[in-house]
Amino acid sequence: MSQKKVTLFQEFLKGIWKENPILVSLLGLCPTLAVTVSAENGLAMGLAATFVVVSSSVIVSILRKIISPQVRIASFIVIIATFVTIADRFLAAYYPDISTNLGPFIPLIIVNCMILGRQEAFASKNNIGRSFLDAFGVGIGFTVVLVLLGGVREILGSGTLFGVEVMWNNFHPWAVMILPPGAFLALGLMIGVSNWLNELGEKK
Amino acid sequence: MNLIIIFISAALINNFVLMQFLGICPFVGVSKKMDSAVSMGLAVTFVMVISAAVTWLIYHLLLVPFDMQILEYVSFILVIASLVQLVEMFIRKVSKPLYDSLGIFLPLITTNCAILGLALISVLKDYSFIESVIFGVGAGVGFTLALVIMAGIREELVLAPVPKHFKGAGITMIIAGCLGLAFMGFSGLI
Repeated sequence: MSQKKVTLFQEFLKGIWKENPILVSLLGLCPTLAVTVSAENGLAMGLAATFVVVSSSVIVSILRKIISPQVRIASFIVIIATFVTIADRFLAAYYPDISTNLGPFIPLIIVNCMILGRQEAFASKNNIGRSFLDAFGVGIGFTVVLVLLGGVREILGSGTLFGVEVMWNNFHPWAVMILPPGAFLALGLMIGVSNWLNELGEKK
Repeated sequence: MNLIIIFISAALINNFVLMQFLGICPFVGVSKKMDSAVSMGLAVTFVMVISAAVTWLIYHLLLVPFDMQILEYVSFILVIASLVQLVEMFIRKVSKPLYDSLGIFLPLITTNCAILGLALISVLKDYSFIESVIFGVGAGVGFTLALVIMAGIREELVLAPVPKHFKGAGITMIIAGCLGLAFMGFSGLI
């Protein structure tokens, strides 16, 4: 019994670091780069994507024996699109500001390869509990990177974090960080650092 | 005149890849070799133009009259998926080597956010039919341009002394950042 518990927990953990969707598998980069001008946007995007990946993984896992392999990709996409529509309507109704900030990137969660990747690689082959944990771990891993990247860009680019002033008084914001090129530079450096940390971990 | 502005803005100023972050996955994945970059760019441009036309028709002739805009996302993605299937069959018939070199990235055009993004942005900006098609052509040209420039740089990169931890994805992102800076220079064009 204890053996099984460990593996279930590992199922959850692997998405956060070892198979992190952004830093390791390079999936779902478009929303990552586009919405992370502030930590708040990153958090909202991460949570929306987590909701979609978890709910569609559960549904796909329930239906995995009914969906025939030839039409699986199309069926997955329709399931994902349904949940994205729900998330989009929810944000537009309760958080109109965030919904305007994220703009077309909420509907673009549909074509986030990270989500389709989880359905194809995991949910369509495993039972509901495991699919749920796997999707949840990947979603959290995605959110963590988004918030980190958003935080770094917000601190350097506007001198704030979650809208609160954090830098010293005459700090001059690096405008480039909140412009598109800054996103590429920041993510490139993050990938480099995470590779370096991974190697340090392996040496120990 | 308006059409020229839409074209230039989609291709250079608001370049889909470098400025709007649409279509990053194929941009990172297929930009290792020049010839596959060119053919990927052309395939994406082709799908973009057709899907811009078809999604416009669906949205304005089907969804708006019947008041079913909530089905926008689901119907767009289905149209795009079937178009990609069509292109895939076409390329396999016409040129087998090209089909093999594109590999997994051909079906993945379905999940290329640039294509769905294009359809969504033209609805958002309320473009007319002709404008949407021109917008599609411009976006496709911009995508191909970015992909080809990137492939050219990455072919040279093999000889460069890149720090170990930045090999692959890391350095690609940083180069893309530099390209983005260069493309910002176009913003005074209009």
